[in-house]
Amino acid sequence: MTTKEIAGLSVEVDGEGYLTDHTVWNPEIAAALAKEEGIDPLTERHLEVIEFMRKEYDEKGAAPSIRRLNKLNVVPTKELYELFPGGPAKKAAKIGGLGKPQGCI
Amino acid sequence: MSEQPEPIKKVSLIVSKGSLVDVYPALVMGNGARMEGMDASIFFTFFGLGALIKKTQDNLKVATVGNPAMNMAMPMLKMPITMPFPTLLGAIPGVSNFATWMMKNEMENLDIPTVPEFLEMFTDAGGEVFACKLAMDMFKLTMDDLCDQVSSVLTVGEFYERSAGASIIFT
Repeated sequence: MTTKEIAGLSVEVDGEGYLTDHTVWNPEIAAALAKEEGIDPLTERHLEVIEFMRKEYDEKGAAPSIRRLNKLNVVPTKELYELFPGGPAKKAAKIGGLGKPQGCI
Repeated sequence: MSEQPEPIKKVSLIVSKGSLVDVYPALVMGNGARMEGMDASIFFTFFGLGALIKKTQDNLKVATVGNPAMNMAMPMLKMPITMPFPTLLGAIPGVSNFATWMMKNEMENLDIPTVPEFLEMFTDAGGEVFACKLAMDMFKLTMDDLCDQVSSVLTVGEFYERSAGASIIFT
């Protein structure tokens, strides 16, 4: 665990750069993390997906799978891959301040 | 200091068998590769083609005969994993259907899609699905028999051409 300066705030991140406490997250942190992941700018649509993931994370203790996001009509799989190219589940979780996804699907 | 190994950028998976448990690993591995940002394709050949045929793809079965590791499934029946499952039992009519039903339930509980849905998810994720030309000819199949996710029918040579730079994995 290390401390990192993100969007003017000092936050704790794990070895792979995921926030260790998702409650310190805010949209400014998201935008800064997105930039690091090569997503710039972070649009309303990105935030919509991320905020849904955060809501589920709060309720269930785990971020929804790509399949679930598709099934609940939050975001179709194709679009999700376009929004977060090169690893949507991991990137969306990271930008959303959540831990690294644990599932295989 | 040792050098970091080069990350895998592309995988080409081959499925040559057609039971439910022969098909799932390639789908999981292929989809997982896309989730990691790698290019991924799956080439279905011989009995593996059953996963692509519209009329059969949702009816793949668990083979309950000739699998000495069937005891692995016992915990799904709340029985010890060491409990043997004689192959002769597996030959009784309905046993394969029951095992298939049980496996499908377990998959759904783990948020794993059915084969048709999985193929859709994989192609939506940017993965490519190919069918083997030789096997298509052998089983008297045409492109019309296959689901929409199949992008083309390839010869072995074409498969290798498209797999340039990939790790090829035979499942």
